[in-house]
Amino acid sequence: MSHKKVPLLRLEPRAETARVMVYAAPLIAVVLTLIGGSVLFALMGFAPHVALYNFFIAPISDTYGLSELAVKATPLVLIAIGLSLGFRANVWNIGAEGQLTIGALFGGMVALALNDLTGWYILPLEIIAGVLAGMAWAAIPAFLRTRFNTNEILVSLMLTYIAQLLLNLLVHGVLRDPAALGFPQSKAFSDSTLLPTILDGTRVTSSTIITLLIVGIAWVVVAKSFVGFQIRVAGLAPAAARYAGFRQPRLVWMTLLAGGGLAGLAGIFEVAGPIGQLQPTISPGYGFTAIIVAFLGRLHPLGILLAGLLVALSYLGGEAVQINMGMPLAVTGVFQGMLLFFLLACDVLVSYRIRWRGTGQGAVTGARAAKG
Amino acid sequence: MNLPPYRLALKGITKSFPGVLANDAVDLALQAGEIHALLGENGAGKSTLVKILYGVLQADAGEILWHGSPVEIGSPAAARKLGIAMVFQHFSLFETLTVAENVWLGIDKTEPLAVVAGKVRETSERYGLPLDPNRHVHELSVGERQRIEIVRCLLQNPELLVMDEPTSVLTPQEADRLFETLRRLAAEGMTILYISHKLDEIRALCGKATILRGGKRVAEAVPAEESSRSLARLMIGQDFAEAERKPDEGRIGAKRLTVGGLTIASTSPFGTPLDKVSFEIRGGEILGMAGVAGNGQAELISALIGEEKVPVGMLALDGTDIGDKGPAERRSLGLAVVPEERQGRSAVPELTLAENALLTGHQRFSLVRHGLVQAADAARRAGEIISRFAVKANGPQAEARGLSGGNLQKFIIGREIGQAPGVFVASAPTWGVDAGAAAAIHQAIIDLAATGAAVLIISQDLDELMVMSDRICAICAGRVSPAIDRAEATTERIGLMMGGSFTVAGEAA
Repeated sequence: MSHKKVPLLRLEPRAETARVMVYAAPLIAVVLTLIGGSVLFALMGFAPHVALYNFFIAPISDTYGLSELAVKATPLVLIAIGLSLGFRANVWNIGAEGQLTIGALFGGMVALALNDLTGWYILPLEIIAGVLAGMAWAAIPAFLRTRFNTNEILVSLMLTYIAQLLLNLLVHGVLRDPAALGFPQSKAFSDSTLLPTILDGTRVTSSTIITLLIVGIAWVVVAKSFVGFQIRVAGLAPAAARYAGFRQPRLVWMTLLAGGGLAGLAGIFEVAGPIGQLQPTISPGYGFTAIIVAFLGRLHPLGILLAGLLVALSYLGGEAVQINMGMPLAVTGVFQGMLLFFLLACDVLVSYRIRWRGTGQGAVTGARAAKG
Repeated sequence: MNLPPYRLALKGITKSFPGVLANDAVDLALQAGEIHALLGENGAGKSTLVKILYGVLQADAGEILWHGSPVEIGSPAAARKLGIAMVFQHFSLFETLTVAENVWLGIDKTEPLAVVAGKVRETSERYGLPLDPNRHVHELSVGERQRIEIVRCLLQNPELLVMDEPTSVLTPQEADRLFETLRRLAAEGMTILYISHKLDEIRALCGKATILRGGKRVAEAVPAEESSRSLARLMIGQDFAEAERKPDEGRIGAKRLTVGGLTIASTSPFGTPLDKVSFEIRGGEILGMAGVAGNGQAELISALIGEEKVPVGMLALDGTDIGDKGPAERRSLGLAVVPEERQGRSAVPELTLAENALLTGHQRFSLVRHGLVQAADAARRAGEIISRFAVKANGPQAEARGLSGGNLQKFIIGREIGQAPGVFVASAPTWGVDAGAAAAIHQAIIDLAATGAAVLIISQDLDELMVMSDRICAICAGRVSPAIDRAEATTERIGLMMGGSFTVAGEAA
């Protein structure tokens, strides 16, 4: 009873993961983010309830706001769906932002090349070009990993910067619209190269419907298909995947190509949708934020759909508090950061319990409290 | 009548995990100088009790008395301070460091390395545990590595030494040597708590045995006065049917598995390359392969599974060359291989049993149609395996990690045998499995052979090989000895083969 070299707090693995917690953790994380956000607002000198209202309620209190939510959520969900397939198989594609950029660039170049023509085939061509370009960009880390065992995290991330510089080079150069008074931007896309809007007076296009379709397909792949099962096994127990004869390189290729293709699709949807031309910045970081969306959604297609809406709201909310209350733009990033941080913290409690020391034998479990 | 207090007494130790009462008011009393066995099936609560004793876990209720006074053991460091040392089943050694460096890392670094090296040499000589402090760990055999762990413990002059299944990695000769050392230590007054499921060993070595079942202490016995069977009955709580291999049971069919001059490099830096491994197994025949772990078994298993492809002409299944075929293709041709590692290799702990049935059974059970998993069929198959092999599990939707080692192994063996393979290979099929489950697994394998399948069992457990095999060979340093008939196989002769003396063993015939 006299030893004192025991840490005050330690994590002890749970014998079994609490099923409820797996689903409750994201909700708890959201609640904690709201609390953390309130504290942040109060410290910045704003009334928390006013700020929270402006951040979360005001942006979606009318039809236009809801339509903007869909516009923002579409690329996030699309990219996160692709990434989640890889993450399930321990394939860490961090370069969706680059794949999005390349998809937008090449899809956009097809659109510009066909800008003066009309015909039903133009949009599909552009979209296919965008998807293929995204896949090609993701094929680089896939090839390097399967052939030379390089780390796809680094390769895909570094390729993001190359993609952005390439886009910059071209919109400052050959793609620049001579009539743009020196602004680095391309010609505006013509009607035949733009996605039609599906609701008058909004920016919602058919891309949102396609995204919902893809969510459905992804659900079948993840929950029902044998490929989805192989991906899961490869992620949970690589040795078991080898033992069973699931070909690892094939899964790496498949998941990276799926991630790259969907990111490329998101890219062309942006330039042929809300943006309508090529310009130096195409995405406010959708490719990176989609990583948060994928994890917040538990790598599950339906979860990702919900998480995509929530994170899209954080973009809208950030803009709203910026305009209505004069808060800095960084608030959006801080909110997203808090969300991911709290989610990871809650995840720890799903599989571990906290043991407090100093209360003698049969120490109280701190995690029980979180379990509710 | 003023008897000295017990060196260690556990009173009413209770420990629960969510859903399981791992220890239920367990008592254990150890005297100075005794070798005490802790016996029990998997999941009986042995590991939990030992972890509490060594400070890795804390009891929910109960008392630990050390020399008669209550103590609280909050950490392994606290246990070591009291004088309790433990040799784990899995060693924690750095392969690239020397023996002395490894020992030095594990103790208080108040003494210079050279002094520690001297002490290692001295202690190892004194207790008949020959060990060169300056050699690197990766050059050493498993038996020698275990000696490092023991010497590391002895340097702390413990009063209680806990040994967890120490002979599971040793040749019979090495095990005998270890017993000598343990008897000597006990004679000098050290208390030894010996955990094992090898009942013959316990009867030869231990003065007393505490038997756990379902978390409770069910009996204390004097092993020398019991038979292995009566001890097993105490452990299991009921009688069980031992596997039986009738002599000359319809074997000598056609050659089914032919391994010819199999030579491959190891993929891991400290692995063992295979050197011209040759053997063949006919239909209906069971070949046993003895050997100390780390002598190429892992590489052989990997080559048989098809994880590593091998050159043409070295591996044939029913006359078809399978060297360049992957695991799934080989499985569909009728080759089933069960490696030693269950959690994470032959089964995925996080998945349900139905999903684990799908893992290797998707072809021969036809569980995939148009790229979609037939979940209901998979669950039905898993249910069949569960009932046929009496797997204790909460149905097909139970997670594999919730099963005890023995039950999971029964499920895995059942899954592979259920696919009616023509050639069946298992490595350590009953390692860490209790007697009842082991007998069931053995019987299932024997029944499979009786249907005309060729069977290879790679094991360190000689008893198992003696019961099961028609012929026995040994693997040592990546080479495989010629096989001898079971009738000619003695423990001593197999021990020599395991040590690499193939010719001496052969000439003795």
